[in-house]
Amino acid sequence: MVRPAHRRPGQSRKAQYSLFVAYVIAVTGAVAGLLLALLSVVDPVGFAQLRIASQELAAPVARVTRSVTGSISGIDDNVSAYVKAGTQNRRLRQELADTRRKLVATSSLQEENRQLKALLQLQQIDKAALAHGYLLTSTSTSSKRIALLSIGRKMGVAAGQPVRGADGLIGRVLSAGPSVSQVLLLTDVENVVPVRRARDGLPALSSGRGNGNLDVRTLNIANNPFKPGDILVTSGTGGLYPPNIPVAIVVSRQDDGALARPLADPAKVDAVSVLRPYTPDNIEAAPAPAPAGAP
Amino acid sequence: MNRTGPRLGEPASLWRMRIVPLATVLIASALPLMLPLVASSPVLPPLGLLFFLCWQLLRTEMWPVWIGLPLGLWDDLFSGAPIGTAIGLWTIASIAIHYLSQRIYWRGFFHDWAIAALLVAAVQALAALIVHPHAPSGHVLGLVVPQIIISVLLVPLFLRLTGKFDNFRLKRR
Repeated sequence: MVRPAHRRPGQSRKAQYSLFVAYVIAVTGAVAGLLLALLSVVDPVGFAQLRIASQELAAPVARVTRSVTGSISGIDDNVSAYVKAGTQNRRLRQELADTRRKLVATSSLQEENRQLKALLQLQQIDKAALAHGYLLTSTSTSSKRIALLSIGRKMGVAAGQPVRGADGLIGRVLSAGPSVSQVLLLTDVENVVPVRRARDGLPALSSGRGNGNLDVRTLNIANNPFKPGDILVTSGTGGLYPPNIPVAIVVSRQDDGALARPLADPAKVDAVSVLRPYTPDNIEAAPAPAPAGAP
Repeated sequence: MNRTGPRLGEPASLWRMRIVPLATVLIASALPLMLPLVASSPVLPPLGLLFFLCWQLLRTEMWPVWIGLPLGLWDDLFSGAPIGTAIGLWTIASIAIHYLSQRIYWRGFFHDWAIAALLVAAVQALAALIVHPHAPSGHVLGLVVPQIIISVLLVPLFLRLTGKFDNFRLKRR
C-alpha cells in the first residue's frame, strides 16, 4: 500500500501558493512543449545543437558497448557454422564452381561494356565514397528510425548525403555533429526514395513502414506489376540518391503496390559509406538520362 | 561521543535522497542510445518513462508536478522524437498521477500497475502520432502496440527496481 499523499496544503498561504504555482508551471510547460513538438515536426532539424550535444555524449559509450558486444553476438553464428560445416562445404564448392563460370562470362561482358562506354564517351560520375564509418546505435524506443553514424563533420559528412552499405542503400544523413552524425534509415515512415525496378526500369516510390519493411507504390495505379523477387534500385530521380544503388526486394503484392524488404540490413551491416548527394554540381557530365515519369 | 560511526536516528544523506531518483530516470532515458543496437522497429520499452512513472507512483510527493519538463526534455534529446513531445506528455502523465493519487486514497499494487499501464500506453501512442502526423494513424499505432505490451508486462519489475533504489536512497549512513 502506498501512503496517501498529503496534497492538501492546509491553512498556510505559502504552501497554497507554492502548490498553485507548481501546477501553473506544469500546465504552461506541457502546453508549450506540445506546441514545440508540433512545430519541430515542420522543422525536423530544429534544436540541432542540443541534439548534437546529446549524441556526442552518447556516442563514446556506444562505441565502447559496441566493441564489447561485437565479439559476443557472433557466438551463435560460429556454433551453427561448426554444426553445418560438412554440408555447407559441399554446397559452397558447388556454388564456387558455378560462380567461376558466371564470372568468366561477366568479365567478357564487362570488357565489352567498357569499350561501348568509351565509344559513347560517357564519363563515369564520381562513385567514390566521401567517407566510411559504421552505425553505432539507433533510437530503439521511439517510432522514429534514426541511427548514429560513427563519423561526422570532421570527415566531411553533411546533411543530405546518401549512406549505403555493401548490400544496398541504408538511408541519408539527417544532421552531422563534429564526430557523430544522424542517419535517417530507409525504413523510417518519412523516408521516401524514388526507385525503379532493376529488370525493366519501372519507376516507383518506396517509403518505410517503420517496422523494417518498405511500401512500394508504382506511379501507375491501374495495374499492379510487381512480383515477389523483383529487385528495386534507386532511380536517381529527385536528385538525392545516385542511381543504381540496390534498395529492396519485393516480398509480396498488396492491393496498391508491394511490400518489400531492404537488401541492406542496418543491424548486420559492418561498414557503411557516405556518398556525395546526386545534385547537378556533383554530376560533371550527365551520364544517362534519368528514367522519366517519376514525380 | 563517537563522532566517526553512524549516530542513532541520523537521516539519510540529503544529496543522495535527491540525486538517486533523478539519476535513475536520466540514465534510463539515455541508455537505449548507448546500446549497440540498430533496431528496425521500436523494440525497447521506454526505460526512462517507466522509471519516471514508477517513482511518482511510489513517492507522489517527492517531486513537484512540473518535474516532467526537465526530465522530458532530456528524454526527447535521446529518443529521436521531436523536442517537446516528452516535455508535454510526461508532465500531463505526472498531473494525472497526482490527480489519481487523490481520488484513489489507498493505492495497491494492482492500482499502480493499472495506472502505469494506462499512462505508458497513452504516452507512447500519442508520441507516435506526434512523430508521424502525415502517416495513417492506424498504421502508426500498430507500430507501437508490441512495445506497449512489453512495457505493461515490465511495469511490476520496474516498480520493484524503483523500490530497491528507494531503499538505497533512504538508507541511513
